[in-house]
Amino acid sequence: MSTSDVTTTSATSATPATPATEAAPPGVRLRLEDAALGRPGAPVLHGLDLEVPPGDILTVVGPSGCGKSTLLRTLAGLLPALGGRVTQDGTAITRPHADRALIFQEDALLPWRTLRANVELPLAIRGVPRAERRGRAEAWLERVGLAEHSGRLPHLVSGGQRQRAQLARALVGEPRAVLMDEPFGALDAQTRAGMQRLLVQVLQGTRATVVFVTHDVDEALFLGDRVALLGGAEGGGRVLDIPHPRERAAHDAAATVALRRQVLESLGM
Amino acid sequence: MSAPTGPMSAPTSSVRSRPAPDASGAGARAAAPRPLRRRPWVRHTLRAGSLLAALGLWQLLTALDVNLWLRFAQFPSATDVVREFADRLGTGAYWQDLTDSLSRILTGFVLAAVLGMAVGTAIARSPLVSDLLGPVLEVCRPIPAIALVPVAILMFPSNEQGIVFITFTAAFFPVMVSTRHAVRALAPVWEEAVLTMGGGRGRVLVSVVLPGALPGILGGLSVGIGVSWICVISAEMISGAYGVGYRTWQDYTIVDYPGVFVGMTTIGVLGWLTSTAVELAGRRLTRWLPRTETTGRPAPTRKEAATP
Repeated sequence: MSTSDVTTTSATSATPATPATEAAPPGVRLRLEDAALGRPGAPVLHGLDLEVPPGDILTVVGPSGCGKSTLLRTLAGLLPALGGRVTQDGTAITRPHADRALIFQEDALLPWRTLRANVELPLAIRGVPRAERRGRAEAWLERVGLAEHSGRLPHLVSGGQRQRAQLARALVGEPRAVLMDEPFGALDAQTRAGMQRLLVQVLQGTRATVVFVTHDVDEALFLGDRVALLGGAEGGGRVLDIPHPRERAAHDAAATVALRRQVLESLGM
Repeated sequence: MSAPTGPMSAPTSSVRSRPAPDASGAGARAAAPRPLRRRPWVRHTLRAGSLLAALGLWQLLTALDVNLWLRFAQFPSATDVVREFADRLGTGAYWQDLTDSLSRILTGFVLAAVLGMAVGTAIARSPLVSDLLGPVLEVCRPIPAIALVPVAILMFPSNEQGIVFITFTAAFFPVMVSTRHAVRALAPVWEEAVLTMGGGRGRVLVSVVLPGALPGILGGLSVGIGVSWICVISAEMISGAYGVGYRTWQDYTIVDYPGVFVGMTTIGVLGWLTSTAVELAGRRLTRWLPRTETTGRPAPTRKEAATP
């Protein structure tokens, strides 16, 4: 926790252009207690206990089909839990809410809206006046490096640019939790590294709680404060602290290497 | 030939509206449509030529009184019809009939478009509505709209409303069915995205369902306007008081064959204009659809290449 606080303050001073950093709403506490998740009749996760403290970045790894996406969709409120309790700050999550933004793996931008109109959408839903909407959307598109593409339709930009636009769309409404479902899974390695850097940079301005699902262990160990293992030998829910969160140079540090081995072993990879 | 220049001007204007030539992307795209630029001109010439050739053949067959099993001796010639057409254009009755038919079809079609989209969406999204309305509509659907003339006469106080009702029924089913399919085929990820932004049901309908289903609905609207014409003309012939269909049938009963052909031509041109209007409006509304930018021939398939 202390490390992430330090990075937050240093980032604020490093990027003075960050809009409304002081006003950023605090993150939420997400908690699953003995939860059973899945579609009715087809549960994929049982007895899951997991807690994400406010402002924490939790990465979730596991083999495909282990229920990573199911976990995120449940936290988003799109899929009701089959059993147990799923709560946000102690209140049960029963339906989607603008507090919890979801970033999809596949392209979830509305193809008939320009990138700017897509980013404006969450603000329009909240009833933000048109002029203010436009300014805030433009500011976010600039932060993710899409200022000159803001008038384009999604199919006219690259896959990486579409995911950046999705990132801007998720963060423009100042959500208190950001749920990310393998957002960089379809990108090539180089674009992905750039997107990870960008994500670290833009998250520094917010206090949002983040749950980031990935099948890439290196990505999980770079981005997260902690990493949760789903599926694998024990079934799921084990959470490990990450020694050097968001430090690219720590890739080969002894603690990181040991943790990577532990994660890979417990996943049976 | 002052044909609509919509498809011609579209690529040019989209290039022009781009604010600044950014990197290589815009340059490459601007170069792509160049081989296409002369083609619309050729295509318009071909289209006009096809119409003129049909008229020429008609004139030839009737002027020579061709009698080869098909008999053209009694047939009015193209010039007879043109002369008759010119006469009629000067009369108030022609324009009265034309506006009568147009107002009937537009009223019926607009009602069908609005209700067809609403009912199709409701059936696709609500199992309850689907169970309640589905069976009734499926039983009514195979009945040809023109067979509803007795129903229309029984139900409606005036002929006018009966004709609009028949036109409406004709267009309603294609629109409703295409909407139902298009809404069911929508990618759930768009709806989920709007839901997680805090959007409610109304927002999902307006921002996701309607625009997302529109490309599919347009097919139904296009079919609907065509069927509407068939039915408005038939209904006017059967029960009408004025209108292009009524006039055409009147001319037939008094053996005024050129007049019949004037009526038929009028129906053809009006039908063409209205369906073109629907197509153009549709293309404008779905300008966001990704379109192929290359017009190159597809590569030979493996089967062709493999044949010895």
